[in-house]
Amino acid sequence: MTAVLEVHDLQKSFGAVVAAKDINVTVDQHEVIGIIGANGAGKTTFINMVTGYMKPTSGRIEFKGRSILGLPPRDITCLGISRSFQVPQIFASESVFDNLMMAYAISEETGLGLLAPLYNDERAERVDSHLQRYQIAAYRDATASTLPQGIRKLLDIAMAAVRRPTLLMLDEPTSGISVEEKFGLMDVIMKALREDETTVLFIEHDMEIVERYVGRVLAFYQGEIICDAPTAEALVDPGVREFVIGEEYHRTRTANAGVNGGNDNA
Amino acid sequence: MRYVDKTVVGLSIAFVVLVFADFFMADWMRFIGLQSLARGAVALGLLVLWRTGLVSFGHALYFGFGAYAAAMLTLIGFHDAFFLVFAGTLAAGILAYLLGFLLRRYRAIFFALLNLAFSMILYGVIVKTEELGSTDGFSVLTPTFLGYAPKGEAVQTTLFLFTLVFTYIVTVGVHLYLKTTLGGMSMAVRENEIRVEYLGYSAEKVIHVKYVFSGLVAGFGGAIMALAIGQVDPDSMANWTVSGEFVFITILSGIGNVAATFIGALVFELIRTYAFEYAPQFWQFILGGSLLAIIMFLPDGIWSLFSRLRGSGKAPTP
Repeated sequence: MTAVLEVHDLQKSFGAVVAAKDINVTVDQHEVIGIIGANGAGKTTFINMVTGYMKPTSGRIEFKGRSILGLPPRDITCLGISRSFQVPQIFASESVFDNLMMAYAISEETGLGLLAPLYNDERAERVDSHLQRYQIAAYRDATASTLPQGIRKLLDIAMAAVRRPTLLMLDEPTSGISVEEKFGLMDVIMKALREDETTVLFIEHDMEIVERYVGRVLAFYQGEIICDAPTAEALVDPGVREFVIGEEYHRTRTANAGVNGGNDNA
Repeated sequence: MRYVDKTVVGLSIAFVVLVFADFFMADWMRFIGLQSLARGAVALGLLVLWRTGLVSFGHALYFGFGAYAAAMLTLIGFHDAFFLVFAGTLAAGILAYLLGFLLRRYRAIFFALLNLAFSMILYGVIVKTEELGSTDGFSVLTPTFLGYAPKGEAVQTTLFLFTLVFTYIVTVGVHLYLKTTLGGMSMAVRENEIRVEYLGYSAEKVIHVKYVFSGLVAGFGGAIMALAIGQVDPDSMANWTVSGEFVFITILSGIGNVAATFIGALVFELIRTYAFEYAPQFWQFILGGSLLAIIMFLPDGIWSLFSRLRGSGKAPTP
């Protein structure tokens, strides 16, 4: 297996707040990795740093053996790391079709090609087959701002996947989605990404989703990775159970109530 | 071409009709026509910016810069209209390219007012420069056209023809440009810059390109205006009220179609001319009133009348 992403000693602080500390991760090709952790644990900060949105205070980030530290998001995107967002970033006043048409055009054209007509039949076919794969073809002509939340999420991820990135980072793909819809949504996404042989790294709060789709877990706590292990191991790790999943806390709440603030009905 | 582009056809018909009309038009009509084409060209640039989500309150900067650049060249012995207009356009384009590095970092009201600030610097410089006639400006001699030196009425006829040809080319060019990927990115940048960046392109670069383009066409309009009136002066070329007029025309026209900007410019010119003629005390009142009426009843501009007539309620998107 070849490593696509290598992160060494990554640090990020905002004044006195430490958002990332001693982060070391190696991601191999075709892996599906879940990032878990409580709010503010540094999960999104990690994605923001890898995709160039935020500059780390110190550390190294290498993609396919080449340093991508300090590059802007657009260059990192062109190299092969794409991302989706917790709040979908789409062209809200345009139709789903036009959203993807634009995404395809920007991905496919450079230089003078940018002055070729945006619309052509071949590109439209590619967009339509993309819509099929992400199962949003039914919404093809709907204006993006009128879409239900789940479809918007799919559209956002579909747009991020247009470039067929080597590595795709999804920021909470299932947040704001009802429990019944979650698995259906994830099935669509993971199937499409498997076909593209995309390495996936996604942030998730729902442990059922993590168990079902992920081969390896990174657990964040207060800016640090407290556990990096195969899913089955990680989910029974005492640290993860205590700081991320929270069951350990519930089980021993009477004993720990005083220490942990006692916000339960202890 | 597998399908016929209605806008190109419409523009071509209008072009041919106007070329013939040029030989029969009354002087005052041709003068209004010239002014409409010159202002319409600036509005064309504003349309492109507007679709990108940006409004400039300072495009008199490029209009005035183009006009003065062309006029100043006549002072040192250049009289060919092709050269003067080309130079005026290019000068404004270069200025827009340079200022673009700063302006592309700003959005919304900051972008609008920073443009205004720069335009007022130019205005101030012109007013303070006595060599350029200060607030009075100076006259621009009749241009020649590749060696042809028209006399009398033929001057305006030739100039109108000249302007028509170039405006036609530029307008069709812009129309086709708006259908390209770079042209379409106006929408993308307006809607979501973050997504544009994460699709792998620079939103600022898109804005810069559009900004230079708007500077070029504004310079073109300014150079034409200088030749049409035979005079340049800061108050009718570079003052902030001139920038206001361009925004007025853009609102009046709507951003639905490139042809709309010239219809809007013509309507603006007519309203102003007649308001001034029949109500010299109240012409601003009438102008303001018409803007109010447009915003209230036709928020998408005159062009939305055409879209409504065609039965589609929605203005065409970029």
